[in-house]
Amino acid sequence: MPAVAETIETVQSVTESGYKWGFETDIEMEFAPKGLNEDIVRFISAKKNEPAWLLEWRLKAFALWQKMEEPDWAAVSYPKIDYQDAYYYAAPKTKAGPKSLDEVDPELLKTYAKLGIPLKEQAILAGVEGAGETPAEAFPAGGRMPVAVDAVFDSVSVATTFKKTLEAQGIIFCSISEAVQTHPELVREYLGSVVPQADNYFAALNSAVFTDGSFVYIPKGVRCPMELSTYFRINAKSTGQFERTLIIADAGSQVSYLEGCTAPMRDENQLHAAVVELVAMDDATIKYSTVQNWYPGDENGVGGIYNFVTKRGACRGARSKISWTQVETGSAITWKYPSCILQGDDSVGEFYSVAITNNRQQADTGTKMFHIGRNTRSTIVSKGISAGRGQNTYRGLVKISPKATGARNFTQCDSLLIGDQCGAHTVPYIENRCLSAKVEHEATTSRIAEDQLFYCRQRGLNEEEAVGLIVNGFCREVLKELPMEFAVEAQKLLAISLEGSVG
Amino acid sequence: MNAMTTGSDAFLARYDGLGGRLPGRDGYVAGLRARAAEAFRVAGLPHRRLEAWRYTDLSAVAQAGFTEALTLVEEAPALPPARAPHRAVFVDGRFAANLSRMPEGFRAVSLAGALDAAEGVLGSAPEQGLALVALNTMLFEDGLWLDLPEGTDGGTMELLSVATHTDRPIAFHPRHIIRLGRGSTLTLIETATGPNGAAYLHNPVYEIAVAEGATLSHVRLQREGRKAFQLSTVLASVQAGGTYDNFTLNAGGRLVRNEIHTALLGPKAACHMNGAQLAADGQHADTTTFLDHAAPDCASRQTYKTVLAGKSRGVFQGKILVRQAAQRTDGYQMNQALLLSEEAEIDAKPQLEIYADDVKCSHGATVGALDESQLFYLRSRGIPAEEARAMLVQAFLTEAVEGVTDPLAQDALAEAVEGWWEKEAA
Repeated sequence: MPAVAETIETVQSVTESGYKWGFETDIEMEFAPKGLNEDIVRFISAKKNEPAWLLEWRLKAFALWQKMEEPDWAAVSYPKIDYQDAYYYAAPKTKAGPKSLDEVDPELLKTYAKLGIPLKEQAILAGVEGAGETPAEAFPAGGRMPVAVDAVFDSVSVATTFKKTLEAQGIIFCSISEAVQTHPELVREYLGSVVPQADNYFAALNSAVFTDGSFVYIPKGVRCPMELSTYFRINAKSTGQFERTLIIADAGSQVSYLEGCTAPMRDENQLHAAVVELVAMDDATIKYSTVQNWYPGDENGVGGIYNFVTKRGACRGARSKISWTQVETGSAITWKYPSCILQGDDSVGEFYSVAITNNRQQADTGTKMFHIGRNTRSTIVSKGISAGRGQNTYRGLVKISPKATGARNFTQCDSLLIGDQCGAHTVPYIENRCLSAKVEHEATTSRIAEDQLFYCRQRGLNEEEAVGLIVNGFCREVLKELPMEFAVEAQKLLAISLEGSVG
Repeated sequence: MNAMTTGSDAFLARYDGLGGRLPGRDGYVAGLRARAAEAFRVAGLPHRRLEAWRYTDLSAVAQAGFTEALTLVEEAPALPPARAPHRAVFVDGRFAANLSRMPEGFRAVSLAGALDAAEGVLGSAPEQGLALVALNTMLFEDGLWLDLPEGTDGGTMELLSVATHTDRPIAFHPRHIIRLGRGSTLTLIETATGPNGAAYLHNPVYEIAVAEGATLSHVRLQREGRKAFQLSTVLASVQAGGTYDNFTLNAGGRLVRNEIHTALLGPKAACHMNGAQLAADGQHADTTTFLDHAAPDCASRQTYKTVLAGKSRGVFQGKILVRQAAQRTDGYQMNQALLLSEEAEIDAKPQLEIYADDVKCSHGATVGALDESQLFYLRSRGIPAEEARAMLVQAFLTEAVEGVTDPLAQDALAEAVEGWWEKEAA
């Protein structure tokens, strides 16, 4: 009976979690002792051979953190986190940091290859055929570009590709630990200048114990010739990942930066508390795209990553622009508000977001736009999709100061509900103190219309495919903002995240 | 931080001191008051660290040191002309029988005189734990109690609140109970006024119950004196097929909060909440709404417009909650603000919290100044600048004001809006 085999296959594909990145890499690791105290902060700093000012900076953050309280205003619920029950430093054992890709542990290379992120200077990101050993310069302007990758594995950066090509243009792209050694003046000037140590509970924690992350500096007038990317991987058990990313786009420069992340499937919750700071000077443009695919936990809400992240960009210069695009499909809990401080006159902030919660996932995400300079403009487009027992909240602030004459904001938040056990929430804040500013906000909540489903099914799509198609259409405005390689990936992710949510 | 504590302390001291002199000292009311006092002692006067109060600061209320109007004014205060055949007049929070003309055919009485009969009714609305409701329960002296039996047409009636004292800051906390039996109807037009020179606190609480198929149209015109505080809380529940319409004009007062909680408890219940806030120099106007969709097939519509002149501040917070049972909910909310001055500030927080999937819910918010091209258009047709501005402001308010359909209420409203424009904004 061939039907039996088919049935078994079907049942398996339904019951199997769609999370394909849930494997674990067996590699020799070095840990700091479990727990969190001043000694751990000193340990991390010493491990990274940091200058005294940075250790002091960390210790100050730690002291501040101890006095702060964990925020409880977000619409998420989770058991109290025991901050002493985790490792704050976990790194693959290596000899003094890899000098070149050849020296990277093959086990790690295999891990990234399996994730679709080959750490060879040849290929483009997942889903797209590698282009052979082609030097970046061979790519025509405007054509498909290779992507330079900084790979962060638990607490440390294990490899950064295309460094030489980028250096030729004066672009610095390396791990932040390396930048502390090689460009201390830049790190010292900008670290914490957008997200200060005491900004919030998780940012303070990150400031004290951050272990690695990416550092980017684009010199004046340089247009970065390829996409820069960081791939974050949590691997070890009972660890938290605390990365810190700092991107500085000097006057007239341009950069597009991508961020991806995954973690093994485990029944424990792991904490990811990152800080990302962006600085854009006069006429500079930073485009920051994220496809967040941390392990979301199983259908009963066991395990998964707590993604408590502070991301903020400062448009310091006139006519500068920062654009955030995020596709949030993973994590058990997401707490994330990529924001823009629009200081420079005529500066522009953008936030495009798709957030999906399925099973027991919870997401409280949105943005803040601070209009300070004249004629500053911001656009917010947020698409939330709730399925299963997921809870999805958009939370955003548009604040217009009295001097931001001519400021303009447009916000659109749409929520889609799939199933009657989930929730969709919208909490926008508008604070305006400027006569000539114009702010518009729109929000809608609905489910997939029966007639749309009927139309698709009538044309031979099954229900799951139909929902996938409709959801992709619902998210189109955001997905089209993603660099192409990511857009392909993101569309696939949407379908996977919603697996099992229909019927 | 101390100011906050002292603020609640001052009210608690009044409660402790007045004790037995408040109405209902022997019966169940004393128990209600004691529990409310305990709740208020714990909560204190709301402060800006509370999410629901992040834009409205009550420290001026905390510091004012209010007392009660212990003596009744001999002289009848100047009252606005009567619009409806029946009116209930409250002077400094107390029922003035000689100035009132009460309807017949249903219970329409002063609450202070009917407390025994109100057992089980008084304090039966949800959200009694809100700090300002607790404050009201603790100190109320009187209020209007309307109880319409099944099938009653209550017609149109006025509720008038007048403050009189100018010598010292007084506070009054009237408690109004309005209950409509099955299929009954009532239009209630309410005006609150007071002297411009007096810093008084008017803290009314409305417990409103609309039974199956009943319709209550509630029009509130807040025209308090310019130094007054009005903090009002409406607690309304609507059963199947019933309708509660609330329109609130906020035009007076120094600091005003209009908080409305409406729960739609039965299928096909409906609610329209509209309002206009007009604030000029030195005024703070806050409208906070909470709409609880707890039953299927209900509809709600909200339109709020805020016009801000001078150094004023407007606040709109509106939350729509759709519970899991409330399938096929149709919810809509719009709030718009028009800024007329460089110094005005608007804070808006519309909010959707949705747990049912077969729903249509949307909200919108806009903030901006008068459109220069529209002004130019009017002026190019020979309309003077001031008149053109007035026309555009009127037009801006139309959508919210349209919801008021009772002709008497329309007149009262038009007069209030014109009065505000002439005195404050022009």
